[in-house]
Amino acid sequence: MSGPGVVFLVAVLLIVLALVYFLVSVIFALRKVNAGLDEVITHVGGIVEKSAPVGDVVADINAQLDAGVDLLEGLLVKKAGMTDAVGLVEGLYPGASAEGFRAFPESTEVSAPRIGEVYTRGTLTLARLGREAPIAALSPNGPALRNIQSGSLAARKLYPSVRHEAPERLPDSPVIGAGSPVQYEQRDDIGQPRKRLPSKS
Amino acid sequence: MLWVAAIALLVVVVPVVVVLLKGVLDAANSIVPSVEGIAAVAAAGSKDLDAVPLLLTTQDQIRQTVAGLADYGGSLDTILDDAS
Repeated sequence: MSGPGVVFLVAVLLIVLALVYFLVSVIFALRKVNAGLDEVITHVGGIVEKSAPVGDVVADINAQLDAGVDLLEGLLVKKAGMTDAVGLVEGLYPGASAEGFRAFPESTEVSAPRIGEVYTRGTLTLARLGREAPIAALSPNGPALRNIQSGSLAARKLYPSVRHEAPERLPDSPVIGAGSPVQYEQRDDIGQPRKRLPSKS
Repeated sequence: MLWVAAIALLVVVVPVVVVLLKGVLDAANSIVPSVEGIAAVAAAGSKDLDAVPLLLTTQDQIRQTVAGLADYGGSLDTILDDAS
């Protein structure tokens, strides 16, 4: 065999060896990838299976909550009136009146009264919940939930009011009598006969 | 002429083939850790969704709560006067 033929043979042999080595390595790497993708597909299938009912369940929960919100909004507006209802919501959650009630789009146009300072019909309606509601009169399973004779304190605590807060200890009344720190001068003519009769008119 | 072709094949073509094949191998190997990471994340995501059946309990609780709310609202509607 001539010299160039030997070089050709060596070069081709090197090329074939390189092809075999690298292609076999690529095959092993792709097998690892394939196994990994099988695992991914298994877990993704589990995710799909587990999350399938989520949409329906959440939609049902939202529908139930929407019904509850509509019920409460409708009851509040019906009993307290639109203006006072907006004022009450604004009093409890400042800034919420801007969004209004979902079931009452016109509520966004209502100017919210300062219901925490001015006693309006809505406030009184709420106060009646504490004073006159039958649940306060008698609990079927025990004593009354609150004193129905003076049960307005719970309702009054709903509103920010300095006057209605009862401090634990009021200032003492001024001391009067002989031991009083401030003695007032007694008039001499008290208890004595009149010095001059009233004129006849 | 044959000498030149033989040397060119040995010096130029063989290294080029080796470089190209090594590039393919490196690319294939770089996919493996990524796939393993994706598999781990998918497994964790699947495990996180194990709590999904609790939504059925939540759904039932919401139904009962709204039903109680409706009963209470009906009672209040009877007890309290309307605004107008």
